Amino acid sequence: MSQEIEVPELGSVGLLRYGWRQLTSMRTALILLLLLGVASIPGSLIPQRTQNPIRVGEYFKNSPELAKWMDQFFLFDVYGSPWFSAIYILLFISLIGCVLPRTIEHFQAARALPPATPKNLDRMEHHTSWSVQGDELELARAWFKSKRFRVLEKDGSISAEKGFTRETGNLFFHLALILVLLGISFSSLFGMRGMAILNVGERFVNTTTSYDSLNYGKLFNEKNLPDFALTVDKFVAKYNLVTSSPEDYTLDVKFAKGDLTQSELRTIKVNSPLKLGNTSIYLQANGYSPVVTVRDSKGNVAMQGPVPFLPQDSNLRSIGAIKVPDADPQIGFVGSFVPTYARSGAEGAVSVFPEALDPRLLLAAWIGDLGLDGGVPQSVYRMDTSKMTQVGLKSLKPGETFVYPQGSITFEGYFQWVNLEIVHDPGKNFALLGGIVAILGLLASLFTRRRRIWIRVGKTVEVAGLAKNAAPGLDVEIAEFVAKLKGEK
Amino acid sequence: MSRTWAYLSNYLVYSSMALYALSFIAHAVETAWAVRVTTEDSKKNMDYKRTEKVARIATAMMILGFVLLFAGVVARGLSASRVPWGNMYEFSITGALAFSGAYLAALRKHNIRWLGLLVSIAVLLTLGTAVAVLYRPSAPLVPALKSTWLVVHVSTAIISGGVFLLANAIAAAYLYLDRMETRGERKAWAKRLPSLEDLDQLSYRLVAFVFPLWTFSVIAGAIWAESAWGRYWGWDPKETWAFITWVAYAAYLHARVTVGWRGRKAAWLCLFAGSTFLFNYVYVNIWGTGKHTYSGL
Repeated sequence: MSQEIEVPELGSVGLLRYGWRQLTSMRTALILLLLLGVASIPGSLIPQRTQNPIRVGEYFKNSPELAKWMDQFFLFDVYGSPWFSAIYILLFISLIGCVLPRTIEHFQAARALPPATPKNLDRMEHHTSWSVQGDELELARAWFKSKRFRVLEKDGSISAEKGFTRETGNLFFHLALILVLLGISFSSLFGMRGMAILNVGERFVNTTTSYDSLNYGKLFNEKNLPDFALTVDKFVAKYNLVTSSPEDYTLDVKFAKGDLTQSELRTIKVNSPLKLGNTSIYLQANGYSPVVTVRDSKGNVAMQGPVPFLPQDSNLRSIGAIKVPDADPQIGFVGSFVPTYARSGAEGAVSVFPEALDPRLLLAAWIGDLGLDGGVPQSVYRMDTSKMTQVGLKSLKPGETFVYPQGSITFEGYFQWVNLEIVHDPGKNFALLGGIVAILGLLASLFTRRRRIWIRVGKTVEVAGLAKNAAPGLDVEIAEFVAKLKGEK
Repeated sequence: MSRTWAYLSNYLVYSSMALYALSFIAHAVETAWAVRVTTEDSKKNMDYKRTEKVARIATAMMILGFVLLFAGVVARGLSASRVPWGNMYEFSITGALAFSGAYLAALRKHNIRWLGLLVSIAVLLTLGTAVAVLYRPSAPLVPALKSTWLVVHVSTAIISGGVFLLANAIAAAYLYLDRMETRGERKAWAKRLPSLEDLDQLSYRLVAFVFPLWTFSVIAGAIWAESAWGRYWGWDPKETWAFITWVAYAAYLHARVTVGWRGRKAAWLCLFAGSTFLFNYVYVNIWGTGKHTYSGL
């Protein structure tokens, strides 16, 4: 008995429509929302490249097999990964598919009049009735008007409705979330973020080549870099004398914008960046640059100037490398700078306070091949000593000179350096606006109740009401309404 | 001068602990007393007149404890001439204050005195941990924390947390009583607790009330991060978990309002959302890395 069953063809259009309905259903949205929460978890437990590249590096060093495997699933870049993006993109499509039809529906409903009073009011909730005493209908009309209900009056009955703000707020909340997402994408496409280390006294001109590191969005145009230049005028760091923890950083700069002819004095602090339109200049870190003069055996200057060192602890013990590739043979120094010197048995020279009260520069001089010509990029703070020989060790106070067979190095003094982060973020104001609208919408939608109240006046007066989502409080409102109609105070 | 304030703050916190302990004992006596009354009386008519006095004492002790703890938190702030929200000890004592404050505020409108036993012991444990493990001497703030946003962001986060945890306690009570009811009748001591529907509604209303505040706190944090760290959102572990908490409560509200979840399912989701908040506070502060960790805790 093989009979062919007529299966209605779904077709590609039908399939699409089916998929769309599934995607925009509330259940799917809810699952996607929870999934987004769960998908955010790994990124908070596993170090991420964007936040902590050093710890990611440690992962690769300690267990390379596992790290490689994890990397295939983007576990070190969770928030930029395809699977994370897929979840939030689907969620937002689902959200749009849900919110847009509802917006249209709500717009139409808001202009329509409330539906007529139901025939049998005694079947509705909060029903009360009494015999007519006077002008109840008149009083009801006035009461509804004072409470700003929308009313439909017909055949001695009034149907009144209030609380449209609930859905309005709800829709604004969801539309605002879309605005936040647009703001974020706008920032990442058109934004840029760069770092520059500057010694006190140094000048920075805002061009791409001035940055030590620079990241920008796919659609960022170099022409969008605002024209400005700044000179680091003064940097003051204040520390707690007991705990050594920082209490205040103040950076004064000479700031010139536009054609750079006129400059003004501006101050940058940790919580108050220098703002120029959508570009902000932040003070992110600071440290010391020892100033040295390196001479060859004949006394000619081979190198002179400040070299930024990288802080290692809260007392700003800093490490760095001084490389002189032009000397023959090449010479380099692996150094550490301590702003307030003390000797510790286990660690040798340490710093006991972050301010430069008794600075020392500890140097190891190396002769040989610096390895700079191989084309492999090297950290400016470290030196590859594998093809070099150590020729001496010395601890220097400011002004002192360390003489070794091939020449000498003088510790002239030090500069402080600051690390400026310069961020161009064109989308942040959209995101902020979205955030504000979202909160207002949320408040409107969570604290308004949508409800209807009916009154019919015939031989008796009948009053009833209905609250959407069984929201509480309608009984109180109807009691007040009835009291008003009965002339009670 | 600042030392005096710091010592005063410590004494006030210790004294408030004594009062919360007394409140806990009074609540415990009240619960136990009510059971004994039922064995003497007929089963269904319970006489609460005898326990009313103890119950009032319990609430009075809690209010006094709240006042002293409030003074302790204020004194802690005065000792460093700043808002008292610089490290985990300070967050904990303020969080305990917010939690008992949320309970006392809700007590004015709803009959939730039965929760007092749970609230007083939770506050006592939090304060105990704060004093014994988390205590740090009063010190000035690091530059990144010197901002008006500290007041806005942290205070709203602490208040939201207090209310979330209260909603959690109620959801947990719901699940416990629900299990008791499915196995038969409620036990004598549990009979005076609110009906399951009331508990369900109450935890929902607490969440609905405080969810906008939590949203605000997260946005305030983003605005602050933009001025202190140069970006408004960076998936820092604390930010990530704040987001997870937000998403979880958003799902809870949607599940209730749109899909119509009630009772058991809703209570579990509420517990899950609340636990993400606790996880953020405990795990991320102590073991996490990121920009929200400052010197000490």
